[in-house]
Amino acid sequence: MAQSPGQRIFETPLYPYRRCADQEAGGPVRRKVVVVGAGPIGLAAGIDLAQQGVPVVILDENDKVSHGSRAICFAKRPLEILDRLGCGERMVEKGVTWNIGKVFFGDRKVYEFDLLPESGHKRPAFINLQQYYLEQYMVDRVRELEAAGAPIELRGKNCIEAVGVHDDHVRLEISTPEGPYNLEAEWLIACDGARSPIRSMLGLDFVGKVFEDNFLIADVVMEADFPTERWFWFDPPFNPGQSALLHKQPDNVWRIDFQIGWDIDREEELKEENVRRRLHAMLGEDAKFDLEWLSIYTFQCRRMEKFRHGRVIFAGDAAHQVSPFGARGANSGFQDTDNLAWKLRLVIEGKAPESLLESYDAERIFAADENILNSTRSTEFITPKSPASRLFRDAVLDLSEHFAFARPLVNAGRLSVPSVYDESPLNGPDDAALPRRTRPGAPAADAPTREGWLIDRLGNRFQILAIGTDVPPHFEEAGVEVEILRLSADESPEFRERWLGEAPGAVYLMRPDQHVAARWQAFDAAAMRAALHRAIGLE
Amino acid sequence: MGKLITEPNIPDPDGFYEELVGLHEGLTEAQSAAVNARLVLILANQVGDREVLAEAMEAARKAAQSVIDRQEGQEG
Repeated sequence: MAQSPGQRIFETPLYPYRRCADQEAGGPVRRKVVVVGAGPIGLAAGIDLAQQGVPVVILDENDKVSHGSRAICFAKRPLEILDRLGCGERMVEKGVTWNIGKVFFGDRKVYEFDLLPESGHKRPAFINLQQYYLEQYMVDRVRELEAAGAPIELRGKNCIEAVGVHDDHVRLEISTPEGPYNLEAEWLIACDGARSPIRSMLGLDFVGKVFEDNFLIADVVMEADFPTERWFWFDPPFNPGQSALLHKQPDNVWRIDFQIGWDIDREEELKEENVRRRLHAMLGEDAKFDLEWLSIYTFQCRRMEKFRHGRVIFAGDAAHQVSPFGARGANSGFQDTDNLAWKLRLVIEGKAPESLLESYDAERIFAADENILNSTRSTEFITPKSPASRLFRDAVLDLSEHFAFARPLVNAGRLSVPSVYDESPLNGPDDAALPRRTRPGAPAADAPTREGWLIDRLGNRFQILAIGTDVPPHFEEAGVEVEILRLSADESPEFRERWLGEAPGAVYLMRPDQHVAARWQAFDAAAMRAALHRAIGLE
Repeated sequence: MGKLITEPNIPDPDGFYEELVGLHEGLTEAQSAAVNARLVLILANQVGDREVLAEAMEAARKAAQSVIDRQEGQEG
């Protein structure tokens, strides 16, 4: 295994156990929000709340970043969210940006695609980055917030042993290396992963489809001259009848996935000599490489029936699980906490009714279903479940080499894009003359403005975008102060196309998670008041 | 049924049929199945109308029902 420096960060305790004041208290201390799980989604929840001034404690049974690279593909929308959380820049600097994907069938390339990045966005369509780097950056961000006096704490080796759910709080029994203590949380956010112990302790359902297949992941360190592209093989000579995937990560680490079937001997497959044999068949007999990390995974597509259970709210893999094809796991988890944090803050501040949290269920269950649908379809294409399915799959691949029409049918993963909450109960009025991509429910479409990227000027509070039209200097309603952001119609061609279309001006009400709540061509105070009421669940 | 054409629409029906069968001449069952799958996809793209395609699939499955039933009878 590789020993080079800097590649073992996942073996060093990054947030080691430290005794905290809550352990000295006579009885359980009551905390505003407790997040369980310091994976990317738990850290995102904690950072988001702390940035908004909501006191939060993050507990994790471990004290290290993720073991191995795990999630490696981060899409544009999660990068924008991570920018808002103060972690995006380091990710993009370190990450590998890619646009080209190649698809091979048997021993030949059948076609290639270009993600064709649209101009006028701060962030690329995708970057590849090991999950351990992401988690390290997020932990650094927690430390930075702590140092600045933000109300956030990260406690390693704090394992939840029992959960008691009450009407207005949740009681937690926690074990530590120095013995147990109890806590009370007014709100509990469970980001404790696909095998969520909290979910099990509460006896909650998690149903869906199991795929009878195994995938071997090898993170390989090598000097190779493969270009920075995503290569996907169907039925390659080095893995007959199965699929394989090659992806580049920073530090000359290559992610290689082999589909290896259902009936396997795990231990045998994970033996270094056997993995090396597979890799040599793929990379050539004289290929020189080190193995950084090996793992075998199976997957399921499933979700909880409801993500919110009173004072316990589930997010990320704890709430929903997808196959890895399309990178819809971690990417969708960030969108969960992005959606949840501002709503929870308004509820805690008493500005919004608790029922606002029902829209978290509505919006994120809709998104989870979209992700499950897409990843289930990709899985069926990649690992056909019947002879007829394989017959059509192979036919599509064959045709795709010669006929452009078949290429859109090739499904080697439909890469993560954000959901548009078209049916959200929080959506206010739309003006259909304005561009479709910025309709209510949609995430903000980035564009250059005279004072920088639009996306950097949005988020964390409600905002009114006044584009080429007049609005009052201040707007406040129901105790919520709304920031006015004035923009001209000619900030940039991309801005005009994405936010105005043919209209001379527009007024947008934006949510703190950078989604559009409502829009008009001109300001109307009564309509704006009604839309804000609706967006915070007062209607 | 709405948009699916179910009235005769193929000129020279005998010639077309001969060509269709001829396409499979000398092929094993598996090879024929492979050709058919490609043919279905090429034709589906030509049609290009999701509604028509859905109706066509439903009609095909229905028309094959007696075959499916008979086979299940034999196996079960």
